[in-house]
Amino acid sequence: MTARNAFDAELDALNLELVKMGGMIEEAIENSVAAFKNQDNALAQLVADGDAKVDDMEKRIETRCLSLIIRQQPVAKDLRLISAALKVITDMERIGDNAEDIARLSMAITGEHIFDVVKHIPQMSECALKMVHDAVTAFVNHDLTLAKTIIDTDDVVDNLFCDVKAEISEVLKRGMDIHNNTVDFLMIAKYLERIADHAVNICEWAEFSQTGKHKDKQIL
Amino acid sequence: MTKIVTENLHLHYGENHALRGINLNILTNKITALIGPSGCGKSTYLKTLNRMNDNVPNVKISGQVLLDSEDIYGGTVDVTKLRKKVGMVFQSPNPFPMSIYDNAAYGLRIHGVKKRLLIDEIVERSLRGAAIWDEVKDRLKTPALALSGGQQQRLCIARTLAVSPEVILMDEPTSALDPISTMKIEELMSELTKQYTVVIVTHNMQQAARISDYTAFFLLGEMIEYDETNRIFAAPKNPRTENYITGRFG
Repeated sequence: MTARNAFDAELDALNLELVKMGGMIEEAIENSVAAFKNQDNALAQLVADGDAKVDDMEKRIETRCLSLIIRQQPVAKDLRLISAALKVITDMERIGDNAEDIARLSMAITGEHIFDVVKHIPQMSECALKMVHDAVTAFVNHDLTLAKTIIDTDDVVDNLFCDVKAEISEVLKRGMDIHNNTVDFLMIAKYLERIADHAVNICEWAEFSQTGKHKDKQIL
Repeated sequence: MTKIVTENLHLHYGENHALRGINLNILTNKITALIGPSGCGKSTYLKTLNRMNDNVPNVKISGQVLLDSEDIYGGTVDVTKLRKKVGMVFQSPNPFPMSIYDNAAYGLRIHGVKKRLLIDEIVERSLRGAAIWDEVKDRLKTPALALSGGQQQRLCIARTLAVSPEVILMDEPTSALDPISTMKIEELMSELTKQYTVVIVTHNMQQAARISDYTAFFLLGEMIEYDETNRIFAAPKNPRTENYITGRFG
């Protein structure tokens, strides 16, 4: 039996909003990559327009966290959780921006795709999307085992990025860049790699929220 | 440097085992906060540090409290001298029904100081030390009971300072005060640690977090956790400490 039901209910509501924001950015990544693969400009525009909603969500959660700090004066685990949430939403907002960047680039791409040579972008996007989903889950469920797994997965995405770079070099070497799109492919791969990095950041804040340690350094 | 060492301290009030093997070191020139729910033993522990429990009927104390390596429960200790060294400020301001000046001079007089000029000097120094001099210097002969609650509490601190203690014990010194008076006392406490060692009992978690260097958490007569205050309020090691400071029980 807790002596502070109201505060616990507010922490549950905060978690719920983090899950909602996680869902929004996952959808944005999925749609931006689909728009890119299928050259679906309408879907890309939907992602670009939707980023404002992600930004609004970030502000709403930020306000909720600051309000909790003012009214509840949290300490220990509660303080770590709320301050970590403030950091996590910044990473989530950046993931939303990266998805928007991919969507906008995909609208600029014209002509035939070069997927037969640049093969690893779909795999990168699947991997990054799963990392984001799992990172938010690890954060809200306080699951440090899952968080550790995701941090390790980042190497996979980094390696895939190296594969994409090699493939793009091959395209350029072979003179296949007839539509001048190759650099955009590289940019999209870079955005996916950044999305995976932000997922890692979320996992590192998950660890902090439970232990006070961030990247193995005790900061609280 | 350690000012007070407590070793395996047990205290019984009759059948009630109020302190259960307390081991705690109080560091010199630091503020140590004692926190815990009502009845946990923190005030009882505080009072053992200058033997204020001696007069409680049926009290039985075992273990050791060493002040500068001397056992304060040793047979040769003069309790009056001990309380001069280890002063105490209580929850409610308790000035005597006499003038501001006489309150501040009270301890000096009972310790036999008679020279008027010396008393004047120490009264002024103590009132300055308690951050109340500017507010009372022009009305030292007026009754202390005419002061506000916050001023009365600072006068009581001045009364404690006047006999040159080394340790000041404070038992919820601001719980009866408004926020402005509380802030003044808290500011004063930081100043006091330049010269004195302070031990404070407080129910106000934010106050413990704001003012103390070290915090000890008591529960059911045991000292559960002691650490730097930052650590206690950021990442306590014991789940019972965590549950208490986050309001999950108590």
